[in-house]
Amino acid sequence: MTGGRGGAGFRLGALALGFGFLYLPIAVLVAYSFNNSRLVTIWGGFSTRWYGALIENEKFLAAALTSLEIGIMAASLALVLGTCAGLAMNRFTRFRGRLLFGFMLMAPLVVPEIILGLALLLLFVAAQSWVGWPAGRGMLTVTIAHATVGACFVAVLVRAQLAGFDRSLDEAALDLGARPFAVLWQITLPEISPALISGWLLAFTLSLDDLVIASFVSGPAATTLPMAVYSSVRVGVTPEINALATLFLATVSALVALAFWVMARQERRRVRAG
Amino acid sequence: MTSVTPWLRRVLIGLPFLWLAVFFLLPLLIVAGISVAQSEDAIPPFAPLLRATAAGLESHVTLANYRELAHGCLVVYGSSLGNAALATLICLVIGYPVAFAIARAPGMWRHILLFLVMLPFWTSFLIRVYAWIALLQPSGLINRLLLGAGLVEEPLPLLYNAFSVQLGLVYSYLPFMILPLYGSLTRLDESLLDAASDLGARPWRVFVAVILPLTLPGVAAGMLLVFIPAVGEFVIPDLLGGPDTLMIGRLVWQEFFENVDWPAASAIAVALVAVLTAPLLLAQRFLAREGTA
Amino acid sequence: MALLEIVAASKSFATTEAVYQVSLSVERGEFFALLGPSGCGKTTLLRLIAGFETLDTGRIVIDGDDMTEVPPYARPVNMMFQSYALFPHLDVAGNVAFGLKQEGMERRRRDARVAEMLALVQMSDFSRRRPHELSGGQKQRVALARALAKMPKLLLLDEPLAALDRKLREETRLELTGIQERVGTTFVVVTHDQEEALGMASRIAVMNRGRLVQTGSPADIYERPNSRFVADFVGAVNLFEGALDASGLAIPDADRPIPLPGALRVSPGMRVALALRPEKLSLSPEHPAGFALAATVQSIGYQGGQSTVHLATASGLRLRAHLPSHAAQGLARGAAVWASWAPADAVVLTE
Repeated sequence: MTGGRGGAGFRLGALALGFGFLYLPIAVLVAYSFNNSRLVTIWGGFSTRWYGALIENEKFLAAALTSLEIGIMAASLALVLGTCAGLAMNRFTRFRGRLLFGFMLMAPLVVPEIILGLALLLLFVAAQSWVGWPAGRGMLTVTIAHATVGACFVAVLVRAQLAGFDRSLDEAALDLGARPFAVLWQITLPEISPALISGWLLAFTLSLDDLVIASFVSGPAATTLPMAVYSSVRVGVTPEINALATLFLATVSALVALAFWVMARQERRRVRAG
Repeated sequence: MTSVTPWLRRVLIGLPFLWLAVFFLLPLLIVAGISVAQSEDAIPPFAPLLRATAAGLESHVTLANYRELAHGCLVVYGSSLGNAALATLICLVIGYPVAFAIARAPGMWRHILLFLVMLPFWTSFLIRVYAWIALLQPSGLINRLLLGAGLVEEPLPLLYNAFSVQLGLVYSYLPFMILPLYGSLTRLDESLLDAASDLGARPWRVFVAVILPLTLPGVAAGMLLVFIPAVGEFVIPDLLGGPDTLMIGRLVWQEFFENVDWPAASAIAVALVAVLTAPLLLAQRFLAREGTA
Repeated sequence: MALLEIVAASKSFATTEAVYQVSLSVERGEFFALLGPSGCGKTTLLRLIAGFETLDTGRIVIDGDDMTEVPPYARPVNMMFQSYALFPHLDVAGNVAFGLKQEGMERRRRDARVAEMLALVQMSDFSRRRPHELSGGQKQRVALARALAKMPKLLLLDEPLAALDRKLREETRLELTGIQERVGTTFVVVTHDQEEALGMASRIAVMNRGRLVQTGSPADIYERPNSRFVADFVGAVNLFEGALDASGLAIPDADRPIPLPGALRVSPGMRVALALRPEKLSLSPEHPAGFALAATVQSIGYQGGQSTVHLATASGLRLRAHLPSHAAQGLARGAAVWASWAPADAVVLTE
């Protein structure tokens, strides 16, 4: 390695400033979640009282359960749709509407959420008056909306993984007498499993995190966690939200770290085997 | 393609295609349709485009929403684009050195640092924006540190203004800048840098003459990934902005939820898509390239 | 005074000693080759000379100036990279001009020098092409022109022919030596291919495991290897291992000792190896005068003008002989032959 290039001091400084900026607010938020004082800006000693208060807050608890349920359903749906789409885009280089298909897969990644939310709501309203489905808005409509966006992310990951995939494995399996469906099930899908895992997780966290789309397409019966947090954050900073945020960050970080670890281990194993 | 039977092919293409046509394309068309409808005090709050009357079909198509938009909202588009462009530039200036340092970090550290860049992206956007409120408010940590150090006499107005919106945008979208930059920096052939320095280029010249031009695709991708969502951002201006913070996302929200003017909200959304079309097409090209590379 | 002087250079990475206590000097105008198997440290040594790596201990002196602490961009040395490392965003002329621009050479002189260099490597018609529009051989020429453009005191070439196909390699080798003679620049080339080194270089240094094993002219290295490693790595070789006695080398495969080449200052009883190039062996159906080994033909590999005959003695010692193909034609698999050679053609190796 050419160690001197770019200046070690400069690089360390860039890392310190960059990561300081990224993590300072989060660190402060976590610290204040253990603050005994009701005033969120004054340190009143260490305490876990806000976590206790949080558990007794039925509004948040119900919203969290709603979000989890929507997240799991939406991510699973997104996984199926996105995997199909990723496989289709990778395997079939010519079919009618491929250009449109590619556009529809990319656009939801970049179109502002507020437009997606508005558009989906208008669709659901129109559909209800045209065909009577969906009857009202709630968990079902939020799930559909989140699955749509999630599918596009899954498709990107699946395509990226398939691009580095050795096609001769497929051909070898066919040569050995496996039927196309068996090849898909026994060779292709296991081979792209890292993309499937990270795709599901990504779709899940996107769903868990989404405020804007859910605000549009949800009904009074289904308040997701971000919606609940948003309505209380607009009023001001509360220690309870700090505790909730900390719990959320800890859970997601642990999940993501686990996913990374699993994938890194698989990767290492693959490298060693290859 | 030999390894797939026709029905499997039909499922793989048809299922997601149909889904996206119904739940992505169709809604956009409906938005476009409602954007030329007349607002009405009814449920839903707009007049159908065609209405059957005794005299036959009566058209209610109107461009009034767009006229109104051109009248009153141009400044909002200008300020949204300006805010997003500034945030994009700041992200680039902060993100490039960070991406560079990560790309040059020794093996194991590279993975850890990359993980740390991506982690905030996986955690709640809302919470990360919210975290700044506690830091920036007049009695927040930053102001109390400044007061305590005697640097300021009274708390600085850090929150609910253009500054806090800009900060929120940069903070939230910085990872989107770092990741593609990191990608193009690691794809950079190390021997090219050696060659440049062997041919007499000092470190700064190596950067300007070789590294920067070769990572331009990453720069462009990062800028688009920050700029596009920043233009349509709602949460950040809503939580960190003041009453005078003008952003399109917020305007759509207001028209829709507060004024219950669906046609106006639709027209603003359509215009936003129109404004973003060029960068969206560019982004699709870059994303497609990243996806297949 | 030597142009390049390397004094006791050592460099280690995490756990491996890539270069250990290497000292050598290269004279002005030489075509010098660093030869060794992959991982022997030759590329590290080249990168140390270029300045991409810093020495742990030792010194590197170029034309009287100590370069040990000088960064690569300030050294009067240029390198032709194995991958060519052509800048993909610049055209051919831009690549060749890159180093001159860093010097701040004025436009007119720069253009003239670029044209001159492209003419030298016969790439004048390609000056507006981008690297991805060039063939491997063309890229190689551009890389050479780029490295020569600054008129370095020393040109380093890292496996210059490795990326070319076989036929092109031969041609390019001739061209390289031609260009070197014309410009008179000192070349230091790294290669793992002994044929390449023997064919191009005026002097060769053989490296193994970070150490310098032998330095000498191609003929020295080939005819008088100083160790089993060199004998084995540079060209094919037959090795006889055994103990010395008064009349020669006793090996279990022969009923009497193998005669040695000339007088040796080695003590009897010492275990040594005798190296013999395959082309020095002659085969005959009858026992010739002098020493000969009985062997059977195992297989015959036809290579055009020459054939390789693989032999085995009764006790299982394997030998190979290179014969003109017409001489090998009379042999058949399983044939019993006598292998013999002039004693002076063998080399005694103590290491």
